Amino acid sequence: MSTSTVSTTINGDAVQFACPTDESLLDAIRNRVGLTGVKEGCGTGDCGACSITMDGRLVCSCLVLGVEANGRAIETVEGMADGDQLHPLQEKFIEHAALQCGICTPGFLIAARVLLERNPDPTEKEIRYALAGNLCRCTGYDKIVRAVQAAAKEMRKASKKRTRK
Amino acid sequence: MRYETPETTRDAAALLAAEKGEAYILAGGTDLLVRMKAGLLEPDLLVDIKQVPAMNGIQQTAAGFRIGAAVPAVELGEHRALGRTWPGVVEAAKLIGSDQVQGRCTIAGNLCNASPAADTVPALMAAGAKAVVVGPERRRTVPVEKLPRGPGTMALAKSEVVEAILLPQRPAKSGDAYLRFIPRTEMDIAVVGAAVNLTLERGVVKTARIALGAVAPTAVLVPRAARAIIGTRLDDAALEKMAAACSAACNPIDDKRGTIAYRVKVAGVLARRAACIAYERAGGKR
Repeated sequence: MSTSTVSTTINGDAVQFACPTDESLLDAIRNRVGLTGVKEGCGTGDCGACSITMDGRLVCSCLVLGVEANGRAIETVEGMADGDQLHPLQEKFIEHAALQCGICTPGFLIAARVLLERNPDPTEKEIRYALAGNLCRCTGYDKIVRAVQAAAKEMRKASKKRTRK
Repeated sequence: MRYETPETTRDAAALLAAEKGEAYILAGGTDLLVRMKAGLLEPDLLVDIKQVPAMNGIQQTAAGFRIGAAVPAVELGEHRALGRTWPGVVEAAKLIGSDQVQGRCTIAGNLCNASPAADTVPALMAAGAKAVVVGPERRRTVPVEKLPRGPGTMALAKSEVVEAILLPQRPAKSGDAYLRFIPRTEMDIAVVGAAVNLTLERGVVKTARIALGAVAPTAVLVPRAARAIIGTRLDDAALEKMAAACSAACNPIDDKRGTIAYRVKVAGVLARRAACIAYERAGGKR
């Protein structure tokens, strides 16, 4: 199996790794870069636990090859907090107990962040459709939807405050 | 496995032509990488087409729209003019998988994967879409319905690559629609899909194209169904005749998603509903 050197940006940091050409980006991020926030659930693009953004687009990292990340900008859950300051979505997931085992959580957080960037005031139906590619076997989804609604509300308030200043 | 990122379509075709082993095109990878992971394929060469400028972007031209083969479905959903002109094609593209899958999957890949249940293929056939096919020596433009041959097989030479999908310009008073039936609200594979595209003249259907998915070895155009509504105001008798023509065109399989009898019946029902939506989008009032 041939190996390729990949130069990419992950959460704003320049990263280089070498990986076999048929290795998934999921495996490369976890095992070569050491960022284990991204999880493997199904490995076939059905569960969304491995969700990341690549050049701002939400994708399943299990359905991307490591070599395809060359020259692209990747964001994972590790890039969501600002130092010790959690992202509002992370805070609301904790407040609303929107997780139990936690395997699906990084994927939900990334997918929800992409949704709120595009649509700061989504309806419950829009949230449920936007998160249809993320499976959770613990919560029954309701707490996750409430957490996303609460985070959206807080983020709208914060952005109003910013524009008033 | 060799991984190549050519910068022209010609180079992509040349790489395929020169490879002695198993070679595959990688666009969004949402079908290909799943099959590789399952051990169903072991490519010697992957040709990633996403660095080819001619395969990126959606262009609006005098002739209609040109959608590059590497354009992910999410970009179709974001393109306002495309959504206004071809709402049925765009709604079919938006039905594929989750938002995560939308970020990667392409309509050219949906076509070339050659699944009978592909959502965009009936919509493209109904729309009269063509594929720009490039080989090392020549380039040809082929109606979409001429390409799928059966499950997983395409009427393409080993070294041929689909560069873009072309959608024609549209007369005023036109509309298209795609509906699929799945047992849940999201994230499933079509039990039946139905696409209708029509143009009206003073409320009367002047031209129509109707295509079905998941009811035969390939998506199929049903000219008899189209003829049943041409010249009508989509009255109940015309719709009845059209639905019967759709059911008669079915040659489905029995599987866990649906029985033969069920698919045959639902094909007519869905085509009827899609025709009513397309008629309304074209400005018609029943």
